[in-house]
Amino acid sequence: MSAPAVTGRTAGRAGVGRDGRPTDRGTRRGGILPTIVLLVGTAYALVPVYWLVAASTKGAGELFTTSTLVPSFTGGFVENLTALLAFNDGAFLVWSGNSVLYSVGGAVAATIVSAAAGYGLAKYDFPGKQFVFTFLLIGVLIPGVILAIPQYLLLAKIGIAGSYWSVLLPCMISPFSIYLARIYAAAVVPDELLEAGRLDGASEWRLFRSVAIVPMVPGLITIFLLQFVAIWNNFLLPFIMLSREETFPLTVGFYSMMNQGTDQLNVYNLVIIGCLIAIIPLILLFLFLQRYWRLDLVSGAVKG
Amino acid sequence: MTSQTQSVRGTGRVASGPAPGDASAANVAAEASARPALPPVRRRPLRPRLAPWLFVGPALVLAAGLLLAPLVYTLVLSFRGRQVAGGGLGLATEVWVGLDNYVRSLTDPALYASFGRMLVYALIAVPVTMGLALLFALLLDHLATRFRRFSRVSIFVPYAVPGVIAALMWGFMYLPGVSPIRDAFAAVGLPEPDLMGPVSVFFAVANVTIWGSVGFNMVILYTSLRGLPQELYESARLDGCSELQLALRIKVPLIVPGVILTGLFAIIGALQVFSEPNMMMTLTNSITSDWVPMMLVYRDAFVTNDLYGGAATAMIITLVTLVASLGLLKVLQRRAFGGES
Repeated sequence: MSAPAVTGRTAGRAGVGRDGRPTDRGTRRGGILPTIVLLVGTAYALVPVYWLVAASTKGAGELFTTSTLVPSFTGGFVENLTALLAFNDGAFLVWSGNSVLYSVGGAVAATIVSAAAGYGLAKYDFPGKQFVFTFLLIGVLIPGVILAIPQYLLLAKIGIAGSYWSVLLPCMISPFSIYLARIYAAAVVPDELLEAGRLDGASEWRLFRSVAIVPMVPGLITIFLLQFVAIWNNFLLPFIMLSREETFPLTVGFYSMMNQGTDQLNVYNLVIIGCLIAIIPLILLFLFLQRYWRLDLVSGAVKG
Repeated sequence: MTSQTQSVRGTGRVASGPAPGDASAANVAAEASARPALPPVRRRPLRPRLAPWLFVGPALVLAAGLLLAPLVYTLVLSFRGRQVAGGGLGLATEVWVGLDNYVRSLTDPALYASFGRMLVYALIAVPVTMGLALLFALLLDHLATRFRRFSRVSIFVPYAVPGVIAALMWGFMYLPGVSPIRDAFAAVGLPEPDLMGPVSVFFAVANVTIWGSVGFNMVILYTSLRGLPQELYESARLDGCSELQLALRIKVPLIVPGVILTGLFAIIGALQVFSEPNMMMTLTNSITSDWVPMMLVYRDAFVTNDLYGGAATAMIITLVTLVASLGLLKVLQRRAFGGES
């Protein structure tokens, strides 16, 4: 009875027959249907991206006349790209820069604010702590979309609606990020080190900087990335806050392009190639940063 | 999770002041920060009492200014209205109108119609998203499946695509003339379907959301699955448990908290859908400017300039959302959040 238990560990991973012997062939055969289903999912995810690539190669007249999934090689890609960059005196580049500014600035600020708040909530006991946490948690449940309109009204009252700040400020507070930072700080910052530091007389701020932050870095990167994507993808907030084209991020920029559609003959071509150029860097960034994600954080499955 | 509760309890000691090493504490503190080391016995207990507030302070200020204040302001606005005084001189003053805006909102058929459409959209988008995410996560965790890494990365890719861009991409793919889907129907001799008709448009919008969010939820559930103890599977396999039984009877029940949490976020996301239908509106007539509740609020507040009515509708939606999500949370709390908070 003890012999199979010992080999069980390795055998279990390779697939085990009823008699306990590894059965490689059986495993393969059982894997065909799951593999096909998974590949169908992959195709579902990738075909629209492929369609975008194919469509971006088509010149002004070709988009509606040639076969949809076959790229064209008549120079349409360069033609579209040139037209896009020339559109409204380089508006596309300005929007791209704004998207980067909002996303990086907002995500950095939100990460710092969340790190401090999460650490404060995880590592201190203070009167009102439960109230603070509940207050912030309810913030997760209030749809950001619903807040955007009153935020606009309020920021308009103090005169900064329409400015870069009107988009950056609301992006700095993210209740969900605070919630994640709290879970993470509780899991990875050792109380013993904090206690030892206190006995040595280190200030609370110093403890945060030199004891707490370092082990929290993987979680903070995840928080940064989640917030970065949330801001990059955000539409309603900038759509409501901003009125001048030179402050638009890409999402609002595309919307404005689609809305002035009729007086621009090739607007579909421009939007299609614009979408492609807007998503390719982000997809590459994601693939590159994959190893730094700690998405187990999101489901709360952090193992200290 | 146990370390969480322990550490929270452990912090009880923070406020309980220093006992043994005060002399050295004063020394190091003096050189660490330039604060006077004079009465250490009196000062030490005070610091940790202030410190947590300094840490949560920025978050609290921002939350009060950008979450609480706007809500209160909307609440106030929803009870006010504009009254044109002096017979047509156009001098409008703001007056208190009580529940008038709410009565107007709640008796407007457009509100119910938009809620209905949102519900239809959510009933398609949420279950399909969660079902596919769970299915793909289990397949990724299934040892016999091939191309796992490639599939995981590929299915995750749409998450990097902004919702409005996804809506545009799919919108073009539904559009007659550039639609590969319609082409495929034509190629096999079937009549080309109207992908953005009055009924199909619900599936069209839901599909954009599903496409964009399956991968993210899949990765979260997959990470939860990876966190389960492998020993569990081995004994089950030795007992003759098939991979399917293993998935349904052992894996799924164990990651229920993750499923509930991601499901809750999917529901909250569905309640506030705006960008995708708003963008697709530029490509089809099947989507009206009051298609879902948030579009209705936007139209009232910014297009028809009925700020007060918009505020009342926004408060109603907020209330519905809060009741729905808090209710769900309450029902599911013990499973979703374990013993936390």
